Amino acid sequence: MLHTTFAPFGATDPFADMRRVQGEMNRLFDGFGTSRQSTVYPPVNFWVGQDSIVMRAELPGLSQDDIEITVKDTMISIRGSYPDHDADEEAAWHRRERPKGTFSRSVELPFRINADHIDARFEHGVLTVEMQRPEDDKPKRIKIKS
Amino acid sequence: MAQELTTQGGRDVAASNGVSNPIEKAFTPAVDIFEKGEATVVLADMPGVTPDDIDVTLERQVLTLTGRVKSHAPEGYRRLSSEYREGDYSRVFTLSDAVDQKKIKADFKNGVLRLELPRAAEAKPKKIAVKAA
Repeated sequence: MLHTTFAPFGATDPFADMRRVQGEMNRLFDGFGTSRQSTVYPPVNFWVGQDSIVMRAELPGLSQDDIEITVKDTMISIRGSYPDHDADEEAAWHRRERPKGTFSRSVELPFRINADHIDARFEHGVLTVEMQRPEDDKPKRIKIKS
Repeated sequence: MAQELTTQGGRDVAASNGVSNPIEKAFTPAVDIFEKGEATVVLADMPGVTPDDIDVTLERQVLTLTGRVKSHAPEGYRRLSSEYREGDYSRVFTLSDAVDQKKIKADFKNGVLRLELPRAAEAKPKKIAVKAA
């Protein structure tokens, strides 16, 4: 939007407020509908079992070598980058909606996990990580003597 | 080149007219469409779909992509948090150029469908020689 620096109607510009409101409206509706693209990527789903937790993320177009998972105490981090296969200049683009670039995300888990017993699989673009609670961290059942 | 028939805003539920039927939900897969040489290439993200559950049809100039996702919640687990939803995928395009149906290539890898649609011979620009009088 073009803003004039001088005041054409003197000090009391009757349209100044209108322009300000219009500018705010434009900003409000800018990117309306694209807001679903959250800043945290990738979105993850969690499931909990008795003593384990499953994390799942959709990462289509990646291969298992493009994803890096690191675990420390109660924190899991996923990192990766999308390969840029068809990025040659000859291609004439019509649509470009698929994610590109690199991503990194860390998520806090509800309990400590055993870093030696992690099962990570990547199938049809979906990453599934199953993590186990360490033996010494499991809640223990205490027998009550009569 | 490839025009979308049903306009949907990204990965939203296609038919959400107040009815919350979990079976009829279909997501719009994100696509990349570009022209490379003699072919139009379509890439569509359909994570969670197995290659057998993908359906691609081309009728006249209408290209329909559908993918079915089998519910695969881990057994013996309960949902803790959910940032994305799973569901079937569906998207329809109309192509402006005629496609050589016999030479279509389709493959599915890592949750991405890749289609190569070569232009039909009659759709290619022909050079017309102008004779001098």
